Amino acid sequence: MNAPIALTAARPVTDSVVEVRNLDKIYAGTVQALKDITVDFPRGQLTSLLGPSGCGKTTLLKIIAGLLPASAGEVRVNGKVVSGPGPERAFVFQDFALMPWASVIKNVTFGLEMRGMAKAEREEIARRSIARVGLAGFENRYPHELSGGMRQRVGLARALCVDADVVMMDEPFSAVDEQNRRKFQEELLTLVAQEKKTFIFVTHSIEEAVYVSDRIVLLSPRPGRIAEIIEPDINRDGDTEAIRRHPVYLDTVDAIWYSLKTYLD
Amino acid sequence: MAEHPNQLEVEPAGFALARERSAGGPSRKGALLDRRPGAATRFFTHPVTLRIVSAAALCLAWQWAGTVPISPAFPTFTETMAALWAMLADGSLFAAFAITLQPLLIGLVVSAILGVAVGVAMGLDERAEWFASPIFIVAQAAPLAALIPLIVFAYGIGLTSKTLVVCIMAMPVIVLNSFAAVRHTPVSLTEMGRSFLAPRRKVISRIILPAASPVIFAGLRLGCASGFIGAILAELLITPTGVGDIITYSRSIADYPSMYAAILSIIVFSVVFIEAIEQAEVILFRPEKRASP
Repeated sequence: MNAPIALTAARPVTDSVVEVRNLDKIYAGTVQALKDITVDFPRGQLTSLLGPSGCGKTTLLKIIAGLLPASAGEVRVNGKVVSGPGPERAFVFQDFALMPWASVIKNVTFGLEMRGMAKAEREEIARRSIARVGLAGFENRYPHELSGGMRQRVGLARALCVDADVVMMDEPFSAVDEQNRRKFQEELLTLVAQEKKTFIFVTHSIEEAVYVSDRIVLLSPRPGRIAEIIEPDINRDGDTEAIRRHPVYLDTVDAIWYSLKTYLD
Repeated sequence: MAEHPNQLEVEPAGFALARERSAGGPSRKGALLDRRPGAATRFFTHPVTLRIVSAAALCLAWQWAGTVPISPAFPTFTETMAALWAMLADGSLFAAFAITLQPLLIGLVVSAILGVAVGVAMGLDERAEWFASPIFIVAQAAPLAALIPLIVFAYGIGLTSKTLVVCIMAMPVIVLNSFAAVRHTPVSLTEMGRSFLAPRRKVISRIILPAASPVIFAGLRLGCASGFIGAILAELLITPTGVGDIITYSRSIADYPSMYAAILSIIVFSVVFIEAIEQAEVILFRPEKRASP
């Protein structure tokens, strides 16, 4: 590690969609899962929450999603304090959370249906969203007829078609096989570049975080706090394959591994 | 159910291959393509064939046991069938079923509606659980035959008592299954509903109830089976009416074929009824089961 690590320090955020302020989360009155978390999520970027298991990264994501209440502090989305789920946020689940009794199109339209959209209109939007994730032709299939990777594409289509500002992903590729995961990661980069959306991405994979993220929030475990914020200076506009050989990519992976290693027993 | 034919067909294919090997047959290129079972194998391993063979084996064993005879009070299969045919021909069996079905159907409809409602309420709300679960756990464990005199004392020997016996037999398993089914809805599915802005009642109707329906229906099938037992028990222990009357009367005059024919008829009716519930479930609530090839 003689070469200086080419990381840029976190730039001041000018326009953040999600602002987390002094957030605490205490489970069952005793277990402190998160302590004094203050972090911003810049608009139009992909920010990863990275840390060892038990650091509260999924808890933080679910509090931002409004699925869990915070014990102290607040979350603001577009300047408004969050008290529950909202139309400006969509969620992609680790275990896909598809309804097994519903076809692909019914699963994808669920969010639009709950927003009160008419059937013809929501199916039109869902078809485009399904085609967007590469599942055109599978609209009337059922989840059990699809592979793990295809199921997560359905979950992604469902989150994209409600047209939220913020897409939150909780370890979305951890239940997908390695080869599909790499393909997903590449496609995610294209998605972030094309969609004008903010992505919040939870992962425990250092390589995955560095590969897809504009900004990485490193959490330390028990209680979860922000250890570091890293913005890997990698140009992602060109060849997605080249990123994995980029010196900054490799150095950042190394640097994060060195700081995370101290938290493992 | 739809997966069974495949599993059954794959198994003998492996056997056929093993036989070929042990016989020292010449190994050929593309032998993998020949692994499909032959027409005879497919016929003998078809679910319908196997079911018929199973039923036939049971009837043969029954016939044999009757001719031994294992007991003078145990008629052969053919004698029982003759008695069944006689009861069908003179209409006495239909008359008996018309009587037995009254407490049975009233009891089952009440148990199904009330049982699912109470079970779902218990699954959704902890206060309902604390209030209702002791009642049904006790009811499930209670020895019904010992309670029947109490029921007769309170409600007499008529339809009310018999319906009540059916309910006591059928309801606990329906309630407890519905409760467990709702309580074990995958957390990520309800979180999915909330995060996509479903209000509480939509989370219940669109996610929790469909997710719970397989186990709720399993409870309904078990409950109905118990209800059938309850209906016959009531007719044997309270007052002999309907099918219970045929059983009691035939036994008293040592007409064992008629007695067994009555018992058999109620078993067959029970099996058909429960199978119908299963079909109704698939048709009404499980589109993905119908879609699978």
